[in-house]
Amino acid sequence: MKLIQIKKREDMSRKKELLIRIVAVFLSLIFAGLVIKILGYDPLNVFSSMVNGAIGTEIRFKQTILKAVPLIITSLGILVAFKMKFWNIGGEGQIMMGALGATFVALNLPDLPRLPLLGLMMLAAIAAGGFWAFIPAFFKTRMGVNETIFTLMLNYIAIKFVTYLQYGPWKDPGSQGFPKVAMFSKNGTLPTLFGLHIGWIIALVLVVLVHVFLNHTKKGFEIAVVGESQETARYAGMNIKNIVITAMILSGGLCGLTGMIQAAGIEQTLTSTLSAGYGFTAIITAWLARLNAIGTLVVCLIFAVLLQGAAYIQISMQIPAAAADMIQGIILFFVLGSEFFIQYKVSLAGRLAGLRPTRREAA
Amino acid sequence: MKKFFAVLLILMLALTALSGCGAKDNSAPSEDPTTDVTTIGVIFIGPVTDGGYNQAQNEGFQKVEEHFGDAVKLLRQESVPEDKQSVKSTAINMIDNGASIIIGTSFGYMDALEELALEYPDVTFLHFSGYKMNDTNFGNYFGAMEEARYLAGIVAGKMTETNKLGYIAAYEYTEVKIGINSFFLGARSVNPDVTMNVVYINSWGDAALEKAAAESLLAQGCDVLTQHADTSAAQVEAEKAGKFAIGYNLDNSKIAPKSFLTSPIWHHEVYLIPTIEKIIAGQYVPESYYGTIKDGYIGLAPLTDLVPDDVKTEVNAAYDKMKEGDFPVFVGPLKDNTGKEVVPAGSALTAHDDIWSIEWVLDGITAVE
Repeated sequence: MKLIQIKKREDMSRKKELLIRIVAVFLSLIFAGLVIKILGYDPLNVFSSMVNGAIGTEIRFKQTILKAVPLIITSLGILVAFKMKFWNIGGEGQIMMGALGATFVALNLPDLPRLPLLGLMMLAAIAAGGFWAFIPAFFKTRMGVNETIFTLMLNYIAIKFVTYLQYGPWKDPGSQGFPKVAMFSKNGTLPTLFGLHIGWIIALVLVVLVHVFLNHTKKGFEIAVVGESQETARYAGMNIKNIVITAMILSGGLCGLTGMIQAAGIEQTLTSTLSAGYGFTAIITAWLARLNAIGTLVVCLIFAVLLQGAAYIQISMQIPAAAADMIQGIILFFVLGSEFFIQYKVSLAGRLAGLRPTRREAA
Repeated sequence: MKKFFAVLLILMLALTALSGCGAKDNSAPSEDPTTDVTTIGVIFIGPVTDGGYNQAQNEGFQKVEEHFGDAVKLLRQESVPEDKQSVKSTAINMIDNGASIIIGTSFGYMDALEELALEYPDVTFLHFSGYKMNDTNFGNYFGAMEEARYLAGIVAGKMTETNKLGYIAAYEYTEVKIGINSFFLGARSVNPDVTMNVVYINSWGDAALEKAAAESLLAQGCDVLTQHADTSAAQVEAEKAGKFAIGYNLDNSKIAPKSFLTSPIWHHEVYLIPTIEKIIAGQYVPESYYGTIKDGYIGLAPLTDLVPDDVKTEVNAAYDKMKEGDFPVFVGPLKDNTGKEVVPAGSALTAHDDIWSIEWVLDGITAVE
């Protein structure tokens, strides 16, 4: 006889969901606090420094926003794919390819006026990122190749390809033999607004666009249907292959755009470390946002607070990087873990079974 | 949707509650009244306990701490990747915490430091291994590692029985090629029959790749290995195979006592201490420092007991000449491995810029990418 039963639940009340989430957040703070205490720091001071380090002053808040921008756009890309249960783990590679596409334009047409140059760079980035996502989508729809492995492996190919370009054909001849790609011309860099590159405006616009696309267009609806049930989609006469490929190109295109923004807004060149793990972090944020575009904006902002806060305390309190990572890990563990208890019912077999009907009545 | 905002609200409340109570006690450290303490932010590419590159860098900074005592406070940040966003964010957080000197110890930090130097004119930026600088607050430093490599090459040329040396190299570019060529020249100076195989691993440090490269070189018959990479994997592999190895950055005689002969090493404090003194005194003028054996910036780890006395004497003789500042490494005639003459007879590469435009590897070297 099984002692523990796990069932998908549909009867969770709003109130209870809220309660579970509050408990999760508090538990995470308590456990993270314990670890901090064991390491010999004052937990309250560490937590408050984290928040203060992320939003305490204008300069810190700007850092937080700079960290949020690539996360938001990549999460939007990941979200479109995940919505149809296509597990795109290849955000990292799509970011790289996007940056590569943008760099190709920036290096070859440096003298173009700013607006057309940036426009072309964006298009090239979307095309390159989209192409990188199209490859696994094509093989998935034609041959049923597992997209998780495929997209994951394409990451390494993209990163190694950029490394090759950086150390080989695209090496800047003016860099005294050092392996770096030439810097973009002034026109190839993103303008700034309020002291931040305009990536944040692009991110906000994209949040709205993706939200409208997924919730208020036919294509967006089709993507959701394919994600819910391929059978239903087929029965409704939808062209599943077509939908999967379109959505993946969109997903990769958005990730590619992140690459362009990081290349033109921050790096002003192409480097093999540009993707910086955003493709993976975005999977967590997209999932935490429950694949909702507006939610993504909020989750990514909170996540960026966590990232900047952790970076700040490492320096101000000289907490080891590993410990700061652990605090992040503990918080994520509890918050992600609470999702499980919200979606599934865990009960001790037998004892609680009799209580269930009355609970339902009460709800 | 409502659910989501509920969670958000809680998180926000939790955060603001914490920031509210924390704001008071946290304002103190950022407005540090003890102005006679200079805060120095140091950015590392890896952990400072890596047994190689970063550890060697950090040993230099430990000497800085010993020298200045309470007059300086170091803010270290390990494992900072080379993308500009990470570097700038780290540096800005350091400046936010009072740092007036920022030192970046990896090549890829260069462009970020250059931008920061413009944005923060009151902060001084020092960069190891780059070539950019400005006139006011941004300088760089590096060293003539070719000298120490040449000395290590003498040891290798003497110790090899198969006359085949193995070189594990990071990336195929100038800095690495300078090392490859100078090591080989040292070996050739005492053993005209020696040849060398080079394997590029396309990483600055990766124990698994370095181990695989070492295995491959040993299988090719190389019996003295050396490396331009960050870990001690090659020395350990050589010991297992009963062969010799020459390290880099650190004295690893304890890690692989049966294979380790010596290491070309850095004495970063030789540059850092006087430079930081100048910065504190407000007398620093940005420069492109290139330390040598003569300056004491470059050195060779003590030759271990595996090295016979006659070899030690020979190495010491060359070392003494370098100490006098009178020992060019790249003396013609030199031919590259395509047969082209790269340094004509009767001349030598002595100027920094001439050495730092080396794109060739010498005749007798086989490179595998």
